[in-house]
Amino acid sequence: MSVIKVEELKLIYGAGTPFQKTAIDGVSFEIEQGEFLGIIGHTGSGKSTLVQLLNGLLRPTEGKICLNGKDIWEKPKKIREVRFKVGMVFQYPEYQLFEETVYKDIAFGPKNMGLSDEEIDERVRKAASFTGLGDEYLQRSPFDLSGGEKRRAAIAGVVSMDPDVLILDEPTAGLDPLGRDALLSQIKTYHDVRKNTVILVSHSMEDIARITDRILVMNKGRKVMLDTAANVFSRGEELEKIGLRVPQITKIMMLLRQKGIPVDTSVLTVEQGFNEILSLARSSV
Amino acid sequence: MSGFISVRNVYFKYDENENGAEQGFALNGVDLEIKKGEFAAVVGHNGSGKSTLAKHFNSIYLPTTGDVIVDGMNTKDDDSLFDIRKKVGLVLQNPDNQIVAGIVEEDVAFGCENLGVPPKEIRKRVDEALKAVDMYEYRRHSPDKLSGGQKQRIAIAGILAMEPECIVLDEPTAMLDPRGREEVIDAVTKLNKERGMTVILITHYMEEAVLADRVIMIDSGKVFLDGTPREVFSKVELLKQHRLDVPQAAELNYKLRSCGLDLPECVLDENECAEALMKLLGSR
Amino acid sequence: MVRDVTLGQFMPGQSVVHKLDARTKLILLIAIIVFIFAATNYMSLLLITLASLLVVLLTRISFKMYLKSMKVILMVVLFTGIINLFYGSGEVLWEWQFIKITEGGINNAVFVTIRIATLVIISSVLTFTTSPSDLTDGLERLMKPLTVFHVKVHEIAMMMTIALRFIPVLLEETDKIMNAQKARGADMESGGIIKRVKALIPVLIPLFVSSFRRANDLAMAMECRCYNGGRGRTRMKVLRFSLNDLWALIYVLIIFAGVILCNIYFPATIR
Repeated sequence: MSVIKVEELKLIYGAGTPFQKTAIDGVSFEIEQGEFLGIIGHTGSGKSTLVQLLNGLLRPTEGKICLNGKDIWEKPKKIREVRFKVGMVFQYPEYQLFEETVYKDIAFGPKNMGLSDEEIDERVRKAASFTGLGDEYLQRSPFDLSGGEKRRAAIAGVVSMDPDVLILDEPTAGLDPLGRDALLSQIKTYHDVRKNTVILVSHSMEDIARITDRILVMNKGRKVMLDTAANVFSRGEELEKIGLRVPQITKIMMLLRQKGIPVDTSVLTVEQGFNEILSLARSSV
Repeated sequence: MSGFISVRNVYFKYDENENGAEQGFALNGVDLEIKKGEFAAVVGHNGSGKSTLAKHFNSIYLPTTGDVIVDGMNTKDDDSLFDIRKKVGLVLQNPDNQIVAGIVEEDVAFGCENLGVPPKEIRKRVDEALKAVDMYEYRRHSPDKLSGGQKQRIAIAGILAMEPECIVLDEPTAMLDPRGREEVIDAVTKLNKERGMTVILITHYMEEAVLADRVIMIDSGKVFLDGTPREVFSKVELLKQHRLDVPQAAELNYKLRSCGLDLPECVLDENECAEALMKLLGSR
Repeated sequence: MVRDVTLGQFMPGQSVVHKLDARTKLILLIAIIVFIFAATNYMSLLLITLASLLVVLLTRISFKMYLKSMKVILMVVLFTGIINLFYGSGEVLWEWQFIKITEGGINNAVFVTIRIATLVIISSVLTFTTSPSDLTDGLERLMKPLTVFHVKVHEIAMMMTIALRFIPVLLEETDKIMNAQKARGADMESGGIIKRVKALIPVLIPLFVSSFRRANDLAMAMECRCYNGGRGRTRMKVLRFSLNDLWALIYVLIIFAGVILCNIYFPATIR
């Protein structure tokens, strides 16, 4: 069953004023339980707005969002429940840390859910370990951590709510390659272990290509594509037309293809590209 | 002949009370010469000391031991402080936090005003600087409404208007989206190629480092590699050991070459890579 | 959303009002504010209001923007209006227990509302047509004589510039942090006053932390650009009085004369 179903979603800012702006324009799709979805689009494509609609931080002007088959705005007073089920990690989440200790900060969400102290304790420790923060971090002040550690603590603060759907908006922004790889693999592990739905918003094609099952491509508030990573990247020219860059490795394959070499252009990683070229080179000897 | 900027055996330690925690040296004996007109990229992972080094070039930080000499002036010499900052401009990472005034052109003028440049001359320099980064048409705008890439170009213009001889950019693209990154890097490359401005670009994006004349790799506060992009990016294993990325093209080329395929020692971008592969596959 | 605030926002343009010297605008604004409070009857008040509306027309900024800026302080206007409704003497029109509305009260309420509305509109003319830095520059120069009394005029002006620049940045940041905490289930919309104040802590602390970070960065950026206080500093824009400034002065003097005449020849509306 689909965990999230979006029907003809529309969001118009400042409707009726001269500043009217359609941020989301008739988007429909479904996300399966346990899926790892990537959302790409350049700045202003509506991707960040879309995910804020998914967890009820914004209310759509038209259309419906169903979570586990139920319209999330059916009872507007219960919208907090939706936010617990659809956990949202914003861009640069480390800027939301505020408690005296990492432990207390991670416990903020579960506490708001009204859980018992034992349950909170269990969740905090689990969430911290998922993001690679050991027990020794829990009693430290979040403001003494390094940039990368702060970000992990902040992500743990959302994971601790044990949401059915975890949304991460540009989680690797500003991290160096090492920090980025570590964080992505932790997210991947989280997904593999919890078997929950994860949505990753990014403009890094490389990141998205590596770990997601399907990719939703947004442009000007509309859904442009929703398909497997391989299928999306095989439409490289279209992506470039809407100002998105394909991974360099895919680009190399596209160039070779243009020059008449029969390579598969849906290559996503260096490893795949390497195998593709190698087999081609060996077979033509 | 010594370079325009020379860094001589510099060690640097942050004040311990600044972060409370015990810290080692952020710079661990750096020796470096930057020539006039050069476009150098400094790469390294977070905490490698690259940003600390950037702040030594215009005397924001002073070496704990060792010296940094800018065009014959020691950065430790208080009297030459403003002369050094006039020659070496520094652009920081966060585009929002380095814009002082609420109108683009007034912000760009800020540095010149501090230097006491006559009003007419400031006007001329501001217009020129804005044109150089392709932001002239936004001169009367408020910076809040601009994109990250545009804000960062305004920060660059603010430095340019001071007519420095060298511009140091400390991870100017780390907080930008791909489009903004491209805009900023294009502007910077243009400054170097068309005006012969000395550029030192601190970054962890290897696609940006590839565009420089020289790549300096830093780890644990020391220079590990220093050479042309081609020399540096052929050492794929070494870069990975130092927790750095390699452009995918270079990595693919390296892997295939290690399998005995007849490929060049190093390719830097997708076009070079595709060309090399064409030669290889087409000739068979 | 907090971001939609228009009060005190500069709108670039090329109108006569835009081109006036910031110092002229500051002085004349103060003068007009004084007139507004000096007006004692509808005739003189109406004169100022109409004169102000004429200036609004001259700015060539859509009247909607002025209305929007009014919206922000609508509560204040209504509140003062309503309070005034219950004070006043004269014929009692409506009575309920100890509350009574008198003819004088209605008069007062209408009068005060027009007064505040005019005040907001004419102040908006200044902020809409003068760039923040012209404004602070103008203030700095007008206050220059105060340096004799060791008032740090340049520093005050610089602080204002930076504050004006960073207010929108911090508002946007507040919005973001609030959303992030709401996503973690923070409840900021319900509960009593104590609960609500407590609910602000998760927003205020990150905001403070980030303000300090920004201040640090900004200080470094200013150092990089050779900032050294007001000494030896020049300005790109030289403020210069022109013929327009003279006309503006004459215009305000005419209003002044009109207000005095009206005050003398017509009976006072409020006491």
